[in-house]
Amino acid sequence: MNFPFWRRKRREDDFKKEIESHLEMANRDRLEQGDPPETAHHAVHREFGNVDLVRELTRQQWRWNWVDALLRDTGYGVRMLRKNLGFTAVAVLTLALGIGATTAIFSALNPILFEPLPYPHASRIMMIWDIFQGKRSDVTFHTYRELAARGRIFDSIAVLEPWQPTMTGADQPERFNGQSVSSGYFQVLGVSPVMGRDFQAADDVLKGPKVVILSDTLWRRRFARDRTIIGRQIILDGDVYAVIGVMPHAFENVLGPSAEIWSPMQYDTQHITAFDTAEWGHHLHMVGRLRPGLGIDQARRDLELIAHNPVPEFPRPRWASLKDGFIANSLQDEITRGVKPALFTIFGAVILVLLIACVNVTNLLLARGVERRGEFAMRAALGAGDSRLIRQLLTESLLLAAMGGVAGMAVAMLSVRALVALSPSELPRVAAISINGTVFAFGLGITTLIGLAFGLIPALHAARSDPHRDFQQISRHIAGGHRRVRGTLVVAEVALALVLLVSTGLLLRSLQRLLAVPVGFDSSHLLTMQVQTSGHRFDDDGAKHRFFAQALEAVRNVPGVAAAAFTNLLPLSGDQYGVYGTQFENGVSYSVFRYVVTPGYFEAMGIALHRGRLLDAHDGANSPPAVVISESLAKSQFPGHDPIGQRVHIGPLNRPWYSIVGVVDDVKQASVAESDPDAVYITPNQSWFADDAMSLVVRTRGDAAALTPVIREAIWSVDKDQPIVHVTTMDDLLAASSAERRFALILFEAFALAALVLAAAGIYGVLSGSVAERTHEMGIRQALGAGRGDVLRLVLAQATRMTLVGVGIGTAGALEVTPLLASLLFKVSATDPVTFVAVAALLTLLALAASFLPAWRAMRVDPVVALRYE
Amino acid sequence: MKVRYQNRIELLQGTLDLLILQTLQWGPQHGYGISQAIRANSGEVLRVDTGSLYPALHRLERQKWIEAEWEVSENRQRVRVYHLTGKGKKQLLTERSRWEQLQDAIAGILSPAKGESKA
Repeated sequence: MNFPFWRRKRREDDFKKEIESHLEMANRDRLEQGDPPETAHHAVHREFGNVDLVRELTRQQWRWNWVDALLRDTGYGVRMLRKNLGFTAVAVLTLALGIGATTAIFSALNPILFEPLPYPHASRIMMIWDIFQGKRSDVTFHTYRELAARGRIFDSIAVLEPWQPTMTGADQPERFNGQSVSSGYFQVLGVSPVMGRDFQAADDVLKGPKVVILSDTLWRRRFARDRTIIGRQIILDGDVYAVIGVMPHAFENVLGPSAEIWSPMQYDTQHITAFDTAEWGHHLHMVGRLRPGLGIDQARRDLELIAHNPVPEFPRPRWASLKDGFIANSLQDEITRGVKPALFTIFGAVILVLLIACVNVTNLLLARGVERRGEFAMRAALGAGDSRLIRQLLTESLLLAAMGGVAGMAVAMLSVRALVALSPSELPRVAAISINGTVFAFGLGITTLIGLAFGLIPALHAARSDPHRDFQQISRHIAGGHRRVRGTLVVAEVALALVLLVSTGLLLRSLQRLLAVPVGFDSSHLLTMQVQTSGHRFDDDGAKHRFFAQALEAVRNVPGVAAAAFTNLLPLSGDQYGVYGTQFENGVSYSVFRYVVTPGYFEAMGIALHRGRLLDAHDGANSPPAVVISESLAKSQFPGHDPIGQRVHIGPLNRPWYSIVGVVDDVKQASVAESDPDAVYITPNQSWFADDAMSLVVRTRGDAAALTPVIREAIWSVDKDQPIVHVTTMDDLLAASSAERRFALILFEAFALAALVLAAAGIYGVLSGSVAERTHEMGIRQALGAGRGDVLRLVLAQATRMTLVGVGIGTAGALEVTPLLASLLFKVSATDPVTFVAVAALLTLLALAASFLPAWRAMRVDPVVALRYE
Repeated sequence: MKVRYQNRIELLQGTLDLLILQTLQWGPQHGYGISQAIRANSGEVLRVDTGSLYPALHRLERQKWIEAEWEVSENRQRVRVYHLTGKGKKQLLTERSRWEQLQDAIAGILSPAKGESKA
């Protein structure tokens, strides 16, 4: 490269002059010998030989030969691509879509699978779970204390739980998403506040100082980036808190992406043998930072040892006995656990699209290779070696790939935005999705790989062919071996498309089935929102009951409201802390959802009564405790006989029995796909504790969302300091509940559509190429008496053969692949025959449609013209 | 066609280098002059193809055995004249002795000594 352009140019000019002087001298010598000028000129040129060849051979001696060759190849390639704009546009577009889509999906996968979490030595951070009733479970506070004292493997260890304080004192009450954490939380993550200080052990004691640390976003949003914020006092839930720190802008809290504020949890460390305290409840996430040099296996062994060797200082109740040990995984694995299967599946799908795109472009290149045979033969005859031709073709395909890559990056940037916008809320680390260096390198990598891969096949093809035969073929199109290669490519394309289409079909049917699942209530015209009680005035349960009752009364008076009620657990909203133990008279205990609902809830939700009666205003504090149970619970606990009048304990056993007064329809709680809606319903006045937050459900006469402001005002007219959050319609909640599948389905649909179009284009391209080459043959066939129908059948048969082989291979492939989709499927088998048959039929039809035009063209070949063309 | 050219270059390569270097030993010369000289000095037997001559000249130049300069000829024409470098003179000696060895060897094969043929 140390010979720049202009030096090469000068060298080229020099040599041109050198040859000219050579010819002139030779000419002069001839003239002096007495040759006539005309003869002399011819003789001199004959003697010298092919000037261009001499130049080419000499050029090869120059040191910058390869640069020169590259430049010339590139220049030639650009000219070729410009000459065939249609071909270039189709190829570049195809590649851009393939590369763009793949890169975009990779960018979503990258932070989840490959990039470490944004913490120092992130691989040392672990998440630890208790095992309760055979299932992974949050840990109790005292289990955390035991591990903190006994676990020598950890540098630091911490527990956390959600905390949603309401700030008052400003214009409108605002509820923040936050976390209540033990003092070592930020140490475990390895991040300290950028302003102020971190929590200390002294902050995290019972009745300790009320302090908070803010996130950068909250500091900007609510406190106008006030640099003197440290020490400022704010009012949260009626208490005065001092701000002691602000986290850095770059801090990403993967354990609670929406958390904006943190406070020490300040649990009681003393009364460890009082087993009925919150300190012994399974409601804390636990994370720990391993000591340097310790592996995860060592950590697991150590945890096992602690679990199985209790010490007297740390007594354990039955439910936190640790007899089944712990579950410990790296935080990275824990964060991505839920989405990995779906993302891998989507990535696999997009790779299929990319492969189909590549196959298509290879096909295009092969088709052009056939057109260019004459050119290659000519170049070979003029002295271009095999390697030279291969290099030329590779340069061209790399050039094509590079253009596709550049356009693909643009596609990727656009689609990443769409991807983030569409992504379901469960997708972790959405903030980290971007086209960064790694993603760019990935795009560059696949682009190069593609350029080499699809360049090599046509290149080797061209090199292997024999110039003599090819010269003959310039004028006469005789089918060559390349047709077999192209046929193979079509088969591959059909097979790949089939795999993708079957997967899409299965997802589509899953979503259909999912949407057909009865949720147990009428979701239309249903507005929902969560209303909270906040502040010390509500320390007394009676105050909470009074507030909710008054708010409900106010809401029911709003015009347009048909019915309204409160519930502590809102179906499909993500409320999940409502599971309690029940015990029936026969001693069987059972975990169920505990719904605390105001009378009128079933009517407002449209939940059907199966037998008995619903809860009503008479089920008050002084009436006998009444409970309504769900149909599934009735079936499982009282098979074959009437549950009405049976008795059950809900929660603490020292309370009076509840009598079953009614059975209602099953209602989906966690998600539409889950099948555990066992539930009990009681009224607030008959519950053993009052919930801080209740969800309001409002059945409206008109558009549900439109009533939001009026209803909010109605509640605030009772008490203006109570925050109202999660305002949404039930229809939206229902849609969100299938968001992950919908997301996967949208992507798969897009990919499948692309695959269909590409496969159709591929089949069309190959057949029309083959028909064009066989014009002569068709002519002869017709001249020899073949009818037009015969010719049509011939071409269609070729198409059908290729398609059926592709469908066969694709079906075998799909049977291997679809079980990987299992986590996304719902009530559809991974080998669902309906989907398989439908997709195979669809693809076959499409292939026949794509081949019809070429076949028709073959049929229309005029034998006279075809033979004269010869 | 291309195959023939490549073979010719390979066949002539060593020898052509020697002939060029030897010709330039007698004084600087341009490409045409070199080809004419080789032709004349070989009694019109050896004709150097331009497709071999110029690649050879440019190769020798790259190896710094010869150097080239633009000069004006007696016919007032700008010509590219090659002359031998110090390195080139050394190379000529090496090539000559190699050629002589080759000559002896071939001669030995063509008219073998009697003692050797007996053995």
